[in-house]
This record gives sequence, C-alpha cells and structure tokens, in this order.
Amino acid sequence: MPRPPAGKVGAGVARVDAALKLTGGAKYIDDYRLPGCLHGATLRTAIAHGRIRKVSFDPAFPWDQCCVARAADIPGANNVLFIEADQPLLTEDKVMHPMQPILVVGHPDRAQAYEALKHITVEYEEEEPVLTIAESLAGKKLLRGEDNVFKKFLIEKGSVEEGFAPADRVVEGEYRVPHQEQAYIENHGIAAWVEKDGTITAHGSLQCPYYVHKALVKIFARPPEQIRVINAVTGGAFGGKEDYPSLIAGHAALLALKSGRPVKLIYDRHEDMAATTKRHPAVVRHRTAVSRDGRLLAQDLVIIMDGGAFATCSGVVLSRGTLHATGPYECPNVRVRSSVVATNTPPNGAFRGFGVPQAIFAAELQMERIAAALGLDSVELRRRNAWKVGTVTSTGQVLKESVGALKCLELCVQKSGYTRKRKEYAAWNRSKGKPTWRGIGFALCHHGAGFTGSGEVMLASRAAVSLAKDGRIKVLAAATDLGQGAATVFTQIAAQALGLPAALVEVEVPDTALVPNSGPTVASRTTMVIGRLIERAAAGLKAELVKAAGRVPQDRAGLRKAARSLCDGGPARRFEVQYEKPEDITWDDQLYRGEAYGVFSYAAVAVDLEVDRLTYEVKLRKVTTAQDIGKAINPVLAKGQIMGGTAQALGWALLEYADFRGGWMRNSQLTNYLIPTFADTPPMDVLLVEEPYSRGPYGAKGLGEMPMDLSAPAVVAAVHDATGFWFDSIPVLPERICAEFIKAERPL
Amino acid sequence: MIAFTVNGRKRSFKGPPFKRLLDVLREDFGLTATKEGCGEGECGACTVLLDGKPVTACLVPVCQAQGRKVETAESLGRPGRLNPLQRSFQENAGVQCGFCTPGLLMSASRLKKTDPEAVRVGLAGHLCRCTGYMHIVESVSKAPSPLRERSTAALRGRRALARRKR
Repeated sequence: MPRPPAGKVGAGVARVDAALKLTGGAKYIDDYRLPGCLHGATLRTAIAHGRIRKVSFDPAFPWDQCCVARAADIPGANNVLFIEADQPLLTEDKVMHPMQPILVVGHPDRAQAYEALKHITVEYEEEEPVLTIAESLAGKKLLRGEDNVFKKFLIEKGSVEEGFAPADRVVEGEYRVPHQEQAYIENHGIAAWVEKDGTITAHGSLQCPYYVHKALVKIFARPPEQIRVINAVTGGAFGGKEDYPSLIAGHAALLALKSGRPVKLIYDRHEDMAATTKRHPAVVRHRTAVSRDGRLLAQDLVIIMDGGAFATCSGVVLSRGTLHATGPYECPNVRVRSSVVATNTPPNGAFRGFGVPQAIFAAELQMERIAAALGLDSVELRRRNAWKVGTVTSTGQVLKESVGALKCLELCVQKSGYTRKRKEYAAWNRSKGKPTWRGIGFALCHHGAGFTGSGEVMLASRAAVSLAKDGRIKVLAAATDLGQGAATVFTQIAAQALGLPAALVEVEVPDTALVPNSGPTVASRTTMVIGRLIERAAAGLKAELVKAAGRVPQDRAGLRKAARSLCDGGPARRFEVQYEKPEDITWDDQLYRGEAYGVFSYAAVAVDLEVDRLTYEVKLRKVTTAQDIGKAINPVLAKGQIMGGTAQALGWALLEYADFRGGWMRNSQLTNYLIPTFADTPPMDVLLVEEPYSRGPYGAKGLGEMPMDLSAPAVVAAVHDATGFWFDSIPVLPERICAEFIKAERPL
Repeated sequence: MIAFTVNGRKRSFKGPPFKRLLDVLREDFGLTATKEGCGEGECGACTVLLDGKPVTACLVPVCQAQGRKVETAESLGRPGRLNPLQRSFQENAGVQCGFCTPGLLMSASRLKKTDPEAVRVGLAGHLCRCTGYMHIVESVSKAPSPLRERSTAALRGRRALARRKR
C-alpha cells in the first residue's frame, strides 16, 4: 500500500479545534473574564433621516457611575475607514439611518449600561427618508453626490445591438431579491483595553484583523504599532463580521481610553440584526436574444443594488455581481450596466456570495424563462451555452484551465435522477388525491475565487511559516477561522509541503502583533490564495531544513536540533512570502476588461421538493449538488462548507425575510426572522468535482461562497415544476403560492 | 440563597432570584460552555439539562433551579478524553464554528431515538448556521448511544433470565 501523504492533503481529517469546541474550552469573546471591565451599550438614532438637535441626560440618573464616550472624545478622525471614510464612528448631527450610533455608555454592570440608555433623550429635526431603490433613483432626496449612486459599472463585449438583430426570440425578465441576515449564532462582540505602553488592543469576534487595525489607526491617530487587533474564537461570520467590527472596536476602545478600564461591548441578537450589515437587496433586468436552437446571441443586463446609508463595500459587491451577471454562459454580445444606490437604511455589506447570489438568481431564472420560450428543457439550454476551456467571458477573459461547469452539470443531472424525476413528478402532479405537488429544479453557477481583477495585487498579502528554537512549527497568517476550518486546512497544507505529520504544525492566533497582513478572510480566497502562500513559505522552510539536517526531521526532537542552527541564536526563524502577480494576468480597472479572476469555481444543483396542497408549505425532499473546487484539501470540511452554504441559500429562497419598514428591520429576532432548522433542511448529496487549478495549493480553488450562489433559483424552478407558477422574487412563502392559485382561479 | 447542584457539585447563589440561569452559570460560576445566541429560547445555544431534561437557560430564572440538578457541557468529556458523543462530533465534522455545539450536545445526549429522522425532529429546537445540519445528524446517529447500549444490555439480561427459567 502506498504511504498516505504526510500532511494528509485530500484526507478528511478532524478539525484541529474540535476537541476544544466540544468541551466548552474554546473561548469566544464573551467567555473571557476581564477584571474591572465596563460593559458598553450603544445609543442609536431613532429616525431614518434628519439631524440631531439635542441630546439630554436625565439628571436623576447616577451618571457618575458611568463613562459616556461621545464624538468629541475621539482623538483622531470621526469615521470608520474602510474603502471610503463616509461612515462616522459616532454621529454628531446628520442622521442617515435609524440605527446610527450616537454615543456609548460604559458601566460595571451590563444591565445598568442598558438602563442608562433609557435616561438619555434625543431630539431630532426629521427629514423625509429615501427608503427604496426606486425612491433613490428618482432622486427624491439627495443622500450622496448628484445622483445617489455609490458606484456604477459598465461591461461591454461585442455589440448588443447587432446581437439582437438576428434573434429568433427575445426574452425579457425582471428579478428581485431581498435583504438577507447572516445570522451567525454568535452575535458581534469586541473587548478593548489600553496597555501600559499606550497600545490600544481590540480582541473579538471578527473576520479581518487588519481591516479593524486600519480603521483604529485613523480613529485614534496612533502609529500602526500602537494598535493591536486579536481574533477570538469566532462563532460564524459569513461576511457579517467583515466591516462592522471596526465600529464596535472603535466604540469599545474609545470607552476604554476614556475610562482607563477594559471594556466589553457585546451585542444582543436584536441589536446585531437591526444595526449590522446585510446582503444587498437587488433588482436585476435581463433582455436576451436567442436563436431557435438555443444559442445565446446577446445579453443586455441591468443590476441595481440597495447600498443603504454608507458606502461600506457596496462598490465591490456590485463589481462582483456585475462580473457574474451573465451566468456561466458564453455569449458573443454582452452589456451589463449596474449601479448601487444610497437609501436611509442601515448600510448593507458583505454576505457569503457577495453580489453573486443576486446575479445568479436572475441569470438562472432567465435561463428557465428562455427555455420555456423555446420549448427546450432548461438543462439542455445550459448544456448548449455553458463555459468550457477556451470560452471568452464578458470581460474578454479566455478560460484556459480548470473549467468544470459541464462536468458538474452532467454529474448533478445523473446523480439527482433529474430527468426521471421530471417525468415521475409530472405524473404525480396529474394524479388526483395526492397530498402534494412535486417538483425538481436545476441551477448552474460559477464563482470567481479571490479578489477581483487587480485586487490581489493591491492587497499584496503576506503569510509565513516559522520554526521556533524549541522545534515548534507555526503557520502565521491573518486569515481567521470562522468555523469554515481555515486553521485545519492550513496545517494540512503546511505539513504536506514540509513532508511532516500535521500534528507537528500549529496555526498562530490571528493577532496583528504576531502575524503578517494576509488580507481579509473573504472572497473564497483563504484556501486558494493564503493556502498557496503557506505552501510556498513551508517550501522555504523545508529547503533550509534539508540544507541543515540533510532531511526534514520527523519529530519534535529532530526539529529542535535543526532549529539550533536555523534560528542562529534568535527565538525563531520566519519564512515569509508575498503574493506574486502571475505574469499572464492583466486587468483594466477602467474598462473592466481582462482577467477578472485567476480562476472560477463551478457548481450545479438539483433541488427536489414538494408543495403541500392544503397549506402551500414547501418541503424540501433532497438537494443534490456537484461542485468543482479544484481540489478538496479536506473533503469532509469542504462538504460541510457546501452543505452549510446551501442551507443558507435554501433559507433565503423559502423562509428568510427581513421586514424593513420606515428604514429599519421590524423582525430583528430569531423568533420571526426564520432561518432553516434541522426540520427544514433536507438531506444533501454533495459531489466533489476536482478540476485542478495550476496556481492553487495542490490544485485547490475557492469554495466558501459558491454554495450560497445557486440554490435559490433552483428552488424557484422546482416550485414552478410543482405548481406551474413562476416567482420572480423570493422568499417563496406559502401565502404567495396560495395567492397565485387564487389569482389563477385554479383550485386544488 | 438558592442552592442547587451543577455538574455534580453543590453550588449556591445569593443574587437576585430572577437572574437568568444562563448568566448565573456564566458570570457567577465561570461556566462559559453555555452560550447566549438569541436570549429568547429560539436558538438553543444555551441548552442545559435541568433534572436531566433539556431547557434553554436564557428562559430559566435561577430560582427555578432551587434543589435541582443542572448539567452543562462542562460535565461531558475533557479535550483529551472526549465522551463517545463528542468523539462522534469530532469524527463526523458535527462542529464548525462551535457556538451552537455545547447546547446541541446537551440535547443530543438525551435523545432516546437516534435514527436520522428522529434526530432531525429531536434537535429541531437548535439553530446552526454553519453546517446545514447533515454532519450533525450523522454525528448523533453514528454515536454509540449509552441509552441504546443500556437497553440492549437489559434486553440481553432478560433473555438470559428467560433461558435459565426454561
């Protein structure tokens, strides 16, 4: 038998942090005891748009027991630097949305801190708010610039006008998707304190330590080395902990600075849901020219997203949505016009998929609509147009390798029994006396891995592997383990590159004082981009070990011995590498032409469901999905990611609805913002397709976000297969299905 | 003073009787395995056993624990010595971010039936946003169930008794 590879790349090894998490030993931020700490509570605006006239404090309340931090206490800039610097840390006068922080109160007793908020009165001068995309585009009020637009893009390939001329059919559609709440089970939370040497430290539940670091440097006007950000064990993030932790860290640290005491600022569920970022609602319009035999001739697309009150990462979300707008289909003539607009609602931000779920929802339902117009099966339509090696995308990128779209499609069709079930369910739905209508729906998608265009070059991420003089090997990266398993995958990659058992490799806590800046933990880049850096850094260490010891020592004692010469008297030897731009990748940020992504991942899904004939409830029976992720470094964790992301997409399609009225979310509770439970989520069959990518570690591509991209349109297609009704928006709630039956005067 | 047993140890609490059991465990006793996810009994992250029955500790005022037995995830195996259910979660990837895990383990440890369908129904009071639930269902289904073992042993004992009588 061949010996298994040392680092076990490709093996479904258990998570490195499982035992701690299973015994309650893993410390999330609220699990830390901070002697003498204050608990922070945030006073927020109560109107959507206007100005603060006056803030008054009830003189009967014992304010001497509290510490109140306000905008005037901020030593540096009163804004949270992210891509732009338009969001104030604490608002002084202008109110742009109903959950804007005004001040923070600290008290040794958590309940008293919240009690204090009730003794503050804020008087406002209200203005009419802009609450929807339509109102924003109509310029009802100007919230931003001259047109309320944060960012717009245009992609042009060929000539749309010429493409429409020879069309046999022109198909039009408009699709809408709502907000979606990340709903990680651990709410936001940060602890902050000031060290004796003046260093401001923030420790907490966050995705991107260096993003928080960058924001705090400006807020506190300190040199970078006097700001330290540490990632605590984080209970899920899904994009929701990408930018908002910078605000919370700013608030907590400001209180800590003013009070001279450590501060814990932990949100409860209501505050977390009502105040922090969500997926961007979007309207997507498609106009497609097709030939009789089902070839796409021209796609003319418009995407408009609701950015909320401040810029956050909206421009980048829109960019990614724009670049994925066509779906994974080749078309000679494409035009995509997109924009993201301002409204008086809490800013929307990153959420797994990052603009792609919005784009794919529309693109896949448009494929259904085209197939129906042509009398073709939609899977066959996809098959005829899907990307393959040699395809030229909407930005002129030629796909050179690792294009598994058709492989995913065929495998998913075969394993899900799609064709057979279509027929079976048609018969089932025709027969009288059945308690349900059954349907199966299909979708295909792509997902560009890593930052868009020149993003990775600008990030210039760094990661390292170190050997300490005691023989310990550590991976040093700012990529955080949010539950997805980054730490486990990193040990596998480093150990494999070193030719060592994974047990000899540890992963350092992402702490800006200890690890280099490897960029944010986002964009399906952690395994593919950071993993590759770790592989290279480990190779550097390996070469030195071989030079020093003749081979890589296979135990701690041998490593300790080798470390003596390698460390050369120092505590550790660090092998650090930086991202290098592949020569043949070019990107024009002005024209949006070139290699949008180094590579794309691909996925197909078949959703099998039934609709109750009495209650119109949708019950998911089975989900089958095939996903081309290049190489599964850890197939068990990869499947866990795929199933988790799929469940979120199913929730978005069927259950999740953020009820925004007057600019704020009325159902900011898990009691009435429903996410899927054990009982709602069906058994899933996950098929891994491995079309290796030459620049990924061991061939790996990004996988974290893609599962969120494609199941929602498949659900809608399956509901159509079951009931005959199309839905152009989600969630497909039972009452909406019922309403369609009433409208169609189609009784049971 | 409210006196009760936590993980086999006698404990007493002198604060307000309506303080949430969740906060008493975490703040007063330093038992932080039990987590707060929603504060309204919806997510199940704070599930503990009260006299052997799963309850959401965010909805239980501490006075209700008077004279009773409370068990938290700290009562299960330690990192080097996981119990069979924990080991199954480790082996079958039943844990991702881990925040819902301690509460889930408490409910799962009391399930009488552990076929996948029964697990889906039995744990439906717990929310997990990471896994899509499949790996948790497998972790619980594949775990050697102490309850099942006990009943099989009892059955074997009864059969032996019957044979002897014959």
